[in-house]
Amino acid sequence: MLLNQFLLLSAVLFSIGVYGVLARRNGVLVLMSIELILNAVNINLVAFGAFRATVGGEVFALFIIAVAAAEVGVGLAMVLLMYRNRRSIDLTAIDQLRG
Amino acid sequence: MTALAALEGMDRLTSGEALVAQNVAFAIMAITMVVAALRMVTTRNVVHAALYLVVVLAGVAGQFLLLGAEFVGVTQVMVYIGAIVVLFLFGIMLTKGSFGEDDGVSSEKRLMAGLVGLLVFGVMAAALVDSFEDAEVAREAPSTTAEVSDSIFSTYIVPFEAVSVLLLAALIGAIVVARKD
Amino acid sequence: MSALLTLAASASTAAHGAGDLALGITEGGNWFLRNVWLIPLLPALSFVAILFFGKRMPRGGSEIGIAAVGIAFVLALLTGAAWIDHRDNFHGEEVHAAVVVDEAHGAHGDDHGDDHGEGHGHASLAVHQTVTWFQTNGVEFTVGTLVDGPAVMMLLVVTLVSLLVHVYSTDYVAGDRRYTHFFAFLSLFSASMLLLVVSENTLQLLCAWELVGVCSFALIGHWWEEKPNSDAALKAFLTNRVGDMGLLVGVTILFFAAGAALPGTFGSFSIAETNALANSGALSHTALLVASCCLMAAVMSKSGQFFLHTWLPDAMAGPTPVSALIHAATMVVAGVFMIARMYGVFFEGFQIGGSSINLMAFIGGLTTIVGACLAFVQRDIKKVLAYSTISQLGYMVMALGVGAWTAAMFHLFTHAFFKACLFLGSGSVSHAVHSFDMKSDMGGLRKDMPHTYRTFMIGTIALAGLPPLAGFWSKDEILVGTGGWGLMGGTDANGAYTLMLGMGMLTAALTAAYMTRCVYLTFFGEFRGHGHPHESGPRITVPLWILAFLAVFAGFLNMPKGFQLAPKGLQERFGHFVEPVAGYFPAIHHARPSWSLAIVSTIVVLCGVGAAAWYYFVKVEAASKAAGTSLTELPNGPTTRWPLARMGHTLLANRYYLDHLYNGVVADGTKGPVARLANRINQDVIDRTVDLTGETAVKAGTIVYEKIDQLVVDGAVNASGRGSSGAGEELRKINSGKVQSYAAILFAAATVLAGVLIVIV
Repeated sequence: MLLNQFLLLSAVLFSIGVYGVLARRNGVLVLMSIELILNAVNINLVAFGAFRATVGGEVFALFIIAVAAAEVGVGLAMVLLMYRNRRSIDLTAIDQLRG
Repeated sequence: MTALAALEGMDRLTSGEALVAQNVAFAIMAITMVVAALRMVTTRNVVHAALYLVVVLAGVAGQFLLLGAEFVGVTQVMVYIGAIVVLFLFGIMLTKGSFGEDDGVSSEKRLMAGLVGLLVFGVMAAALVDSFEDAEVAREAPSTTAEVSDSIFSTYIVPFEAVSVLLLAALIGAIVVARKD
Repeated sequence: MSALLTLAASASTAAHGAGDLALGITEGGNWFLRNVWLIPLLPALSFVAILFFGKRMPRGGSEIGIAAVGIAFVLALLTGAAWIDHRDNFHGEEVHAAVVVDEAHGAHGDDHGDDHGEGHGHASLAVHQTVTWFQTNGVEFTVGTLVDGPAVMMLLVVTLVSLLVHVYSTDYVAGDRRYTHFFAFLSLFSASMLLLVVSENTLQLLCAWELVGVCSFALIGHWWEEKPNSDAALKAFLTNRVGDMGLLVGVTILFFAAGAALPGTFGSFSIAETNALANSGALSHTALLVASCCLMAAVMSKSGQFFLHTWLPDAMAGPTPVSALIHAATMVVAGVFMIARMYGVFFEGFQIGGSSINLMAFIGGLTTIVGACLAFVQRDIKKVLAYSTISQLGYMVMALGVGAWTAAMFHLFTHAFFKACLFLGSGSVSHAVHSFDMKSDMGGLRKDMPHTYRTFMIGTIALAGLPPLAGFWSKDEILVGTGGWGLMGGTDANGAYTLMLGMGMLTAALTAAYMTRCVYLTFFGEFRGHGHPHESGPRITVPLWILAFLAVFAGFLNMPKGFQLAPKGLQERFGHFVEPVAGYFPAIHHARPSWSLAIVSTIVVLCGVGAAAWYYFVKVEAASKAAGTSLTELPNGPTTRWPLARMGHTLLANRYYLDHLYNGVVADGTKGPVARLANRINQDVIDRTVDLTGETAVKAGTIVYEKIDQLVVDGAVNASGRGSSGAGEELRKINSGKVQSYAAILFAAATVLAGVLIVIV
């Protein structure tokens, strides 16, 4: 197996994740897309770990899984807060940053 | 677990056959994942998007098995598909009513996101092809859970502790952010 | 750590060969000395127990806390007895560390230990116990206990004061709605401080240090419903964070500095090893100096040294028992104790021996004057005591800075008793009059509250430093230790710190004067408040009397050597048992006491008392009689008559404008410009760029339309003009305030930059 096939798969998933983050209006869907990005990174880590024949890559993939769990927890809490305050989780409706 | 079985049954195959089998498994999973991922970011139904996410995550777990990372693969299934997706479904359920369907994304926005996505992919692909032209992943045997755990609790003990603190902070943060008061 | 240490056959026969450094510690010793970890564990367990079961207990969990701290106190007493035996009679094996032999530095373990007086030998070995906490990359991280004189002394002081505060609190916060919570945190506070004093390595010390900070945050903000209280808690916490950065950096520097001198490892957190290496000259002076300065920053914030002291008076927002605990035994003395613990590092880093000024001594000296001056202008009785604490902490730091280690520790010891007594006394007063304001709500309380009055007077005299009370002995030792006094003895100190002697003398007079003022305003004159104050109950007065007793007699524990009126067996007992003698402790000199200095300092104190007494007890009293009410100052006092005095008063009343400096200049100064800069970048740069692109495109389109249209094909140009105009419109939308648009720009920009990097590299 070529290393590059995994890395390119990861790149594709990463880019799709980026698209999702940028294009979706629903807050929950944006979070899902972030999960996609994190998973793409995980594939990278494990592939490089296998390539270099160390377990370091796997260990960091595990850490990222833990970090992702934390991220989803906080992210969904924020989405819920937003829903409670504005009855909507439409990200396009949030434009208080307008200059 | 078919990929795992394929990996274990590999000594009965010749090396060439094994390689073909692995590559076929990879191709099937990769195509499924990419299609599911694309559907996930384009579908209008939020619940469907979560189900497509499950497919992608399962595919990632399969890739881990293919790479000989059994423990990470199993963890991926348990944590992501078992816990995180369920969390997402709860999130969707609790915010129901605002979005039954995620519709009305303007075409300019999709265009913009698509362009950025393509740009990201282009740069990454160029860099990867340039750097790892013909590098082979040559894994003799799957890594054991014992190796992984030894590594976590010796070399990587400090990041491990940091992650534990992070989880605690996230726990408290989530409660503080989401509580009613 | 044991991997690094080699046990020599016996301390007496161990040759101090090159590459072998005696640490002055032992793994053996009495059971109590080896199992001292039980003492911090007990209050820690009580914290958990109170948290889970406190609400269901008949007395709201306070009985668990009192029992735990009480047992810890008994254990500390037994440990103290064991140490007294161990100090002179233990002849076990000493631990040695292998060190990298570097001829340039001459790392030998034998150039100290001779100055430590006669007959000490190697009898006084600190008892050292460790277990491995975790290990990574070949470095073992240990937790453990290092029991020696200062640790045992602190164990006794902390457990005793904590026990008395616990008992006092059962009355003081009775009926409070977070009664259980309060006792839980009192327990954790004591546990953290006890952990800090027995810490074996700097990492453990750092953890305990932070725990102390967290507990103080929780306790200062105990009544957080009121904004000033939670503000004070935040201020205390954040100010301490500033210094904690210093501690973190200092500990890291020492870790690697020690690692360079030890073979087979790249770092060591061990306090004994680090100090021993610093003493032996194996560590570079630059590293030690930088580390000392960093650690000094931590001390400045934790121990309220001048210019990071501003949190301490605000911390009076907490309940009074907490203030007593913070100021007497825990928290603020943690900084002083840390210097004492890492004294090898500081002694070498600041070159304390043979110098006449250094950063530590100067900051200490400055703090002691600054704090004493501020204490004059306070209306709030607790704030007077708070500034007094700052001043006295400055005394201790100054003493450590001039090399008078034993005097500093002794002052910490005596100060703990009389300051706790004063604080608990002020709490008793405020309990009776429901206020802390001396000018509007107190006065004449000596008749109504005889016990509080008497104990407060004892604490005041001890603090002022009049013989023969505790404060006199410790203050006098510090003044002698500065080495600035050449008359009739008073020599043989580490250097000639004449400036510090002057600062100490001035503070002695100021202390006596402001305490006289405080006592007059509180207990003399006529009562100015409302209602009828009553003496507090026995749970408040008994701790007061115990502390007052100690404030009277603690000073006799360390009567100076050669003091003709004391039997020889009673001279310098405290120094003998508390001061470490070898290995990890630097070779400090001990100043010879001086009769003349003691007499002069007493006269100075009496002058301070006299001046304040003349003003308040004579002039103000007379003016009050004339006016028919109870005045708190002269109607035409010096601040109204002399502009210079008024200016001084204004400066002090505004606390040297330090808070204004921090809030107005530093905080707003950074907050404002950063926010403005961000806004500016957002408005002018990003916005302008986007708009400009749009406008340029439109303009280009227009130019193209107007000029070329006439000449070339109409339709094509029309399209191009519209296209660029449209592009401009599209670009305008980027600055829409929509997060996802910003994210898109971020991703695109990062990717382009990554692409550029790929192309270049």
